[in-house]
Amino acid sequence: MLLVYCPYCKVERAETEFSCRGEAHIARPSDPSQTSDEDWVHYLYMRSNTKGIYAERWRHIHGCGRFFNAVRDTVSDNFLKFYKAGEPMPDLEALAKEAGK
Amino acid sequence: MSQPFRTEKGGRINRTEQLTFTFDGEELQGHQGDTLASALLANGVHLVGRSFKYHRPRGIVTSGSEEPNALVGIYRHGDQTPNLRATQVELYQGLEAISQNRFPSLGFDVGAVNDLLSPLFPAGFYYKTFMWPKAFWDRVYEPVIRAAAGLGKPPKTPDQDTYGNIYAHCDVLIAGSGPAGLAAALAASETGAKVILCDEQSEFGGSLLSEVSASIDGKDPSEWIAETINKLEQMDNVTLLPRTTAFGYFAHNYLALAERVTEHLPNPDPKLPRERLWQVRAKEVVIASGAIERPMIFPENDRPGIMLAEAGRTYLNRYGVKVGHKVLVAAACDTAWQTAFDLADHGVEVAGIVDLRETPPENLMAIAKARGIRVEAGCMVTGTLGRKRVKAALLGRMMTSGNVASGGQISCDALLMSGGWTPTVSLYSQSRGKVVWDSDKGAYIPGASVQRERSAGASKGLYGLQEVLEDGYAAGEEAAKAAIGKSAKVSYATATGGEAGTGGTLGALPHDRNASRVKAFVDYQNDVTAKDVKLAVREGMQSIEHIKRYTTTGMATDQGRLSNMNALQIASDSLDRPVTDVGLTTFRLPYTPTTFGLFAGVARGDYFDPVRKTPSHDWVVENGGVFEDVGQWKRTWYFPKNGEDMHAAVARECKTVRESVGLFDASTLGKIEVVGPDAAEFLERLYTNPWKKLAPGRCRYGLLLNDAGFITDDGVIGRLAEDRFHVTTTTGGAPSVFATMEDYLQTEWPELDVWITSTTEQYAVAALQGPKARDVLAPFMEGVDLSADALPHMSVKEATFCGVPCRLFRISFTGELGFEINVSRRHGKMMWETLAKEIEKFGGTAYGTESMHVLRAEKGYIIVGQDTDGTVTPQDAGMSWAIGKKKADFVGKRGLDRPDLVADNRKQFVGLLTKDPKVKLEEGAQITTAENPAIGTPADGHVTSSYFSPALDRSIALAIVKNGHALEGKTLYVPMPDGSIPVEVTGPVFYDKEGARLNV
Ligand SMILES: [Zn+2]
Repeated sequence: MLLVYCPYCKVERAETEFSCRGEAHIARPSDPSQTSDEDWVHYLYMRSNTKGIYAERWRHIHGCGRFFNAVRDTVSDNFLKFYKAGEPMPDLEALAKEAGK
Repeated sequence: MSQPFRTEKGGRINRTEQLTFTFDGEELQGHQGDTLASALLANGVHLVGRSFKYHRPRGIVTSGSEEPNALVGIYRHGDQTPNLRATQVELYQGLEAISQNRFPSLGFDVGAVNDLLSPLFPAGFYYKTFMWPKAFWDRVYEPVIRAAAGLGKPPKTPDQDTYGNIYAHCDVLIAGSGPAGLAAALAASETGAKVILCDEQSEFGGSLLSEVSASIDGKDPSEWIAETINKLEQMDNVTLLPRTTAFGYFAHNYLALAERVTEHLPNPDPKLPRERLWQVRAKEVVIASGAIERPMIFPENDRPGIMLAEAGRTYLNRYGVKVGHKVLVAAACDTAWQTAFDLADHGVEVAGIVDLRETPPENLMAIAKARGIRVEAGCMVTGTLGRKRVKAALLGRMMTSGNVASGGQISCDALLMSGGWTPTVSLYSQSRGKVVWDSDKGAYIPGASVQRERSAGASKGLYGLQEVLEDGYAAGEEAAKAAIGKSAKVSYATATGGEAGTGGTLGALPHDRNASRVKAFVDYQNDVTAKDVKLAVREGMQSIEHIKRYTTTGMATDQGRLSNMNALQIASDSLDRPVTDVGLTTFRLPYTPTTFGLFAGVARGDYFDPVRKTPSHDWVVENGGVFEDVGQWKRTWYFPKNGEDMHAAVARECKTVRESVGLFDASTLGKIEVVGPDAAEFLERLYTNPWKKLAPGRCRYGLLLNDAGFITDDGVIGRLAEDRFHVTTTTGGAPSVFATMEDYLQTEWPELDVWITSTTEQYAVAALQGPKARDVLAPFMEGVDLSADALPHMSVKEATFCGVPCRLFRISFTGELGFEINVSRRHGKMMWETLAKEIEKFGGTAYGTESMHVLRAEKGYIIVGQDTDGTVTPQDAGMSWAIGKKKADFVGKRGLDRPDLVADNRKQFVGLLTKDPKVKLEEGAQITTAENPAIGTPADGHVTSSYFSPALDRSIALAIVKNGHALEGKTLYVPMPDGSIPVEVTGPVFYDKEGARLNV
């Protein structure tokens, strides 16, 4: 069971308090009517499913209820960073280097 | 004579306390401190079971949790728990044990004929023998295999025991309490770190419990253990957990421990659980899981009386049991010699030491000589004699030619073997660490740490007592420092004796026997022989993962802890590739078999899943209503009266609703309060319909899509004020709709000023449906005009019901005049009972979910999740009217324009009427154009809802059918096993198509 840090509550809690909501930074296109079929399908279905350093969404569903983002190494399951929704995606390569990957 | 194989003195048993137990009904004696295995051996019982495949007589091989053969059933609460390892079962007064996998008795077993038929059971026989003819599988092979499979018989009665659960956090968790684990605990605890020390055995000390020839700080090992444990017990920061197996190592240093609390007691306190699951989050972990000895692979190495050398030493020194009166020791390494010496010191006749090595160490030769023990160097065992117990061993001598020459025969009543040692890397492997091959040690040892753990002592291939102690102290210090940043000065204990030996062998030993005739077992529990592994390689298996599955070697309960290394070496020899190229299978949890009860804990029966009850629950129970489970909710299915069956009850309920009035508990519907200046804008973006122009006091049916364009939920939404909406969702969809709302609000449209609150449990909802609904309701309402003009269909008003505030909706899911009254949950029972009484005056009835389904189906109202399946669009469902055509965007709008969603041939929502009105279709049945389609014809759709309609006095059905909207009036078919059913495609509304009954 993972340990997850909620950047809103500023606490580390067991995974059972949270739900993982898939890849982060998939923004809904701002003008869907001007979005091509291909881009829309990309937004709907295509995910990078990275083996390695991956930014994903979490929700503190049994806590504050807030959505936030986390960078996780999908191989080791180690988290490299937690940050609030709306904050920019961190430099994953730099994080990976820092973690010695 | 009682306990003829008990030593005169020594061991850790309490000789003054005699215990009586039974094995297969025979009464035997043992002592407090015995395991079932040691007590059986003290009575000369080696034969304890029959093997899995060949039903060969088998005896105790080990003294620990890796025991492959001595699996027994133990009676407890009048039923037996199967497959417990006799080596771990602690003896108590009155213990009842039975052997397994034998019929009619352990001594005479019919299944043993399999041993003679063994040419029929080669490696991979599951895949070969039972393939043809195909029809034989169901009728012949499977029943026979099922009857023969498994070792113990499952218990027949529900588990009478309780199981506990505890969460714990610690700085340092130490798994294993041998010399390394104890030293680590001493070092870590001294810093003040919170330490948990657990060990699967009943006593702490590990290998030291059977060590008599070494000393620590000048003391006997047993004395040093006692002092150490005493010291640790005094410390508040140390938790000692004996009988506790660390069986799972998960991510982020989360470990699961199984503590056996009462299983070893004859009359346990009924308040105590049988076992307790510890879920531990450790900052740092020390794995001190030790090493286990390898069997030697020689022909007939499985006879009762053939055991591991260290096990023989443990039974002697720890339990005071001689494994035989004339013991032969066969080894390829030094440690087994100590066993021979200890036996000789207890007056046991040592038949000889047979060492594979040409020149065993001289110091050992000298000690053997001094004790008068015969030594055969450069020799190996090539076979054994004796059916139910070994009585002699055949010797072979390695010639310079590389061949083996016969070396005669030595009689013995026990044979102790040692092929060397294998570090126990299971927990390290579970922590996702990758083991590395150490060619000097001939073993896989832990590589780099992936989690915050380190191995210590024999689990990483260190065997000398002094170096193991030093390594343990260092690991404890390092772990504490890493966990809490503190160090403490501890003086290391110094060991004398217990030096690491040399030697060891892997794989099958050479012999001079007819290879096709003899069996040399690699995996005892799964009856896998060296020949099987070689055959698997000949038949093309190259990776150990394939060999394992083909032969089942290493797939027994010990996960190959005894067999893996030998199997790898045999495969490596057969493939002529280095052992590191053959691969290594992964150790998974649980480390040892773990009860289901432990995982279930208290989550059994009523505590398995929360039960959600509505305010009418007690009334329904009193009035004989029948419940159905809808998720966690108990909803009333139907209300049988005067012995009605479901069909009759539903027919009456539906008729009553249409003619008079019905009362329905709608409290389970999801409810979400959407509030704020941007509430209308928020719903506008989320739902397909327009919301901004909806006047306060009015309701609208809301349809929710996902961004792909598919229907995900629906419900009526009422506007209470400019900035306040009461949203309802489907019963099952409430949590996901709420989560979806939060998601869009928080992450896509954070600029919207909206607050949402789940109010599902805050409101009790009673639905009154039928022409008399208004008359029933009127006497109880204040602050609202119920007339059609003042409160038309699809409106909402805040008022009072019996003086308590309520939200009154005029809505209908039946097609009749309808009201839904929402009161605070605590008034729900009062509301229900008031209305249930009042409807009697009008000949009304309470009705359940089945009638609700029928009534809505008569009106063609969809149920999301039943009539839709996640691929249905509003157009498919015939609900284009619910889409706000002028809206620039809403969730799902862009998705609806995708080429596949506007293409022809989509499946569309329709009604079906069977040509024979008495025939009711099966929900889920496939629909075809052809009356008798050829096999393989794809279906054109399926039946989503099907009922008998009392209002129409015939069956009705809803379906999704390819191009269904254009097929109205056409005939399609529903092929069933007993013939095709012709159906006519209709619109989905069967009753009151113009909706006149709603607007009254
Ligand atoms: Zn939080």
